[in-house]
Amino acid sequence: MGVIKEFAEALKGLKSLIVGLGITGKEFAKPGVTVHYPRKVVADKDLVTYRGHIELVGSKNDPAMPPCITCLMCQSVCPSGCIKIIKHPPPKKDPAADKNAPPEAYASGLEPKTKAAPPAKEKPVKTPKGFILDYNYCSLCGLCVQSCPVDSLRFSTEFYIADPSKKAFVYDLMARLKAQAGTATAKEKE
Amino acid sequence: MNISNWTAPDPFVTTPDMLIRLVVGLLALAAFVGANATILVYVERKVAGFIQRRPGPFEVGPQGILQTIADAAKLIGKQLVTPRGSDGFLFWLAPIVGFLPVFVMFLPIPWGESTYVVQSDVGVLLILAFAGFGVLSLCLAGWASASKWGLIGAARAVAQSVGYEIPLLLAVLAVCFSHGSMDLMAIVKEQGGWPWQWNVATQPLAFFIYFVCALAETNRAPFDLPEAESELTAGFHTEYSGMGFGLFFLAEYANMIVVCSMATALFLGGFQGPAAPGPWWFLLKVYGLLLVMMWMRWTYPRVRFDQLLNLNWKWLLPLATLNLLATAVALKL
Amino acid sequence: MSVFPKGDFYTRHFQPSGKEETLVVNMGPQHPSTHGVLRIIVELDGEYILRCEPVLGYVHRMHEKMGENRSWVQYWPNTGRVDYLHALAWNWAYAGAVEKLAGIEVPERAEYIRVITCELNRVSSHLLWWGAYLLDLGAFTPIMYAFDDREEIMDMLQMPTGSRLTYCYYRFGGVSADLSDEFLKRLSRFIPYLRSRLPMYRDLVTENVILRKRVEDVGHIDEDMCRRYGCTGPVVRGAGVAYDVRKAEPYSVYDRFDFRIPTYPEADAFARYMVRMDEIEESLKIIEQAIATIPDGPYLSKSAPKPKWSAPKGEACFAVEGARGKITYYVASDGGRTPYRVKLRSPSYCNLSCFAEAAKGVILADAVSILGSLDLVIPEIDR
Repeated sequence: MGVIKEFAEALKGLKSLIVGLGITGKEFAKPGVTVHYPRKVVADKDLVTYRGHIELVGSKNDPAMPPCITCLMCQSVCPSGCIKIIKHPPPKKDPAADKNAPPEAYASGLEPKTKAAPPAKEKPVKTPKGFILDYNYCSLCGLCVQSCPVDSLRFSTEFYIADPSKKAFVYDLMARLKAQAGTATAKEKE
Repeated sequence: MNISNWTAPDPFVTTPDMLIRLVVGLLALAAFVGANATILVYVERKVAGFIQRRPGPFEVGPQGILQTIADAAKLIGKQLVTPRGSDGFLFWLAPIVGFLPVFVMFLPIPWGESTYVVQSDVGVLLILAFAGFGVLSLCLAGWASASKWGLIGAARAVAQSVGYEIPLLLAVLAVCFSHGSMDLMAIVKEQGGWPWQWNVATQPLAFFIYFVCALAETNRAPFDLPEAESELTAGFHTEYSGMGFGLFFLAEYANMIVVCSMATALFLGGFQGPAAPGPWWFLLKVYGLLLVMMWMRWTYPRVRFDQLLNLNWKWLLPLATLNLLATAVALKL
Repeated sequence: MSVFPKGDFYTRHFQPSGKEETLVVNMGPQHPSTHGVLRIIVELDGEYILRCEPVLGYVHRMHEKMGENRSWVQYWPNTGRVDYLHALAWNWAYAGAVEKLAGIEVPERAEYIRVITCELNRVSSHLLWWGAYLLDLGAFTPIMYAFDDREEIMDMLQMPTGSRLTYCYYRFGGVSADLSDEFLKRLSRFIPYLRSRLPMYRDLVTENVILRKRVEDVGHIDEDMCRRYGCTGPVVRGAGVAYDVRKAEPYSVYDRFDFRIPTYPEADAFARYMVRMDEIEESLKIIEQAIATIPDGPYLSKSAPKPKWSAPKGEACFAVEGARGKITYYVASDGGRTPYRVKLRSPSYCNLSCFAEAAKGVILADAVSILGSLDLVIPEIDR
């Protein structure tokens, strides 16, 4: 009896092998699912929620200027420290008193918070002078976008980026916004 | 003119006709093997692609037909690295030993009624004898490369090839018994044009055993144990670079053509077909078998080593023996 | 004897048995079947494994130490990178631990969103495992079919999370984005589609006699062994123990869903295989129920912590069921800007530790099969 059982099992096994061949044979006849990348790209509608690198959002009045108030929240929350905001230097009050702190020291945007605030005669410029993103270290967590109190940041849908140099991924987001605003107005004119 | 009579008193006396035929045939075979291996690699990758719902090679040339040529150029251009501690001579001898006998195995294959290189009374024997060289090359490759993975691969290759040669031989013998000849041409000619006149109709079990053993002999999946990528990284050819690996690759595909040609001649009626017999029927059948081999490779997982040997010694060998006995008895009656 | 002894620390300390006929080989760190940089030193007698010892630490990234020197919120991206295949479970474990510590309320909709996305991620993880396991066993095609289906899941998960692999989606007190109606629609279309694919998987692979022979009766990891090594997840369920954190200590809203814990008593590789295949179906069931009953409301709690928030003094521990087993985050706070201590309990680490015992005396090919059946993610082992 053992022999018959063995044979029956072997035949069952053979049948399973043929079933397997049938499945791959069927798949063989079906069309491929590969997207031929350079000739076909991902549709824009599929990129709406895609997280590319961050970019600045133009404010309502001036599309080339973000509503950013340089609160530095994004810069301090970034886990990788890849955002660097350059503030406008505070308005000069007395050239004599200002000797100790030359404007360059403020340019880093790191120290000046606790320094004695300038007398509020002239309103300080709140918009950033520069907004540098070092995309090399960004992990796209989205904490900066979420923590922005004035919704000045969003994700771009840019992902066709490749470059042999690291420097290419240090973005000046202010310049980017200006360029975007420029093309947007050009389109409107057309 | 009887050029096939190798049992003549002095086999070394050959007529100029025979010599010319041999030289021309060998040259043609070299071209055929090279071209076919290139085509087969492309076909294999396309088949794999289609089965896996992707296009396969696509970028080099239209539909990627130049891909294999580009790959070959790359392989030829690569540095040949001899690993430290290896036996340099044997190491580089192995791929050559693996590739050269393949030409000889093509000699007695009857492509068409008049398209053949040599017609020999012992054609089957010739092919089987030279097929044994393959295992020597794998063994040398694994041993000489001074790599532990290669060594395990070589040990597997030897056990597998030696084991599977026996049922293969027995299956072939059953056909030779029923025809009373070891001449492939004679066997083909005795079969008719229609499938029910082929030997596969009278010897289905022998065909099945032959095909399984052929898969194992050519180290094709699901029996690709000697190179088992996920276990032994690459088995016997782990250490080979450039054309060293390329020759093994080429030999694998050439061997596939040989076993499929033999299966076609022995079981599928060779160049005989329902209409217009000729080499095209032969090639069609060979390519059909090759496609089945590829289809199987991209469908099944790999068997385990002990299961492979168990399948051979516990199933194929007794079945082949029984088949041979049954054939003998049937012939006697 | 040269000045530099041969081999590295591990090979020198892996004492060969002194027999002439054994081979000591390195499986890894670059080996096709260790899926990453796991290294296993194996002593072989012919094809049989006499002893083996996993060597870890090739992708150690100090996730625990990193937790100690960055603020609570800044630690988020790390959670997605521990186990890149089931990143959302690690997200969840961290969220849960901190929410427990600080007593943050999570809106109900957020809990549902978490369940849906986490289970979807679990399905994608199991699909990838399925393909990769068959790749280990020498079948090249199934992984492509699995990737075809997984691609759809990744496309869907990209909609709320914005990324495709290392998600950083959950937040303290909710999630970072709401599920769109389009996502829910697409998901409810996807569930029947994946269900219709599963019979194909079964016919192609599960019923295949070659696969059966490769996984049945291979790599016994029984209940006792699981207990000794602390194995969880499909490994322990494959040993017949119905332990699943989702049922054993229900978190979030899992107690509202009706699902089964698949268990198989055979304790071999096939049992673990079947547990995962069944789990795909159970996860689909959970997602289906969650879609049907998802309430409206905010996806992020009003009291969700601001970026510069610090947790109150105390400690908390939170466990979730990941695709590989029980994931636990332990966080301790001294009230400072950064966590005082973050401890990660990764299931792959415990599951791997039983490999040395399970693989003793088996054939090399079986060791590959066992290793695959444990479903290891190497970065998770090393953390």
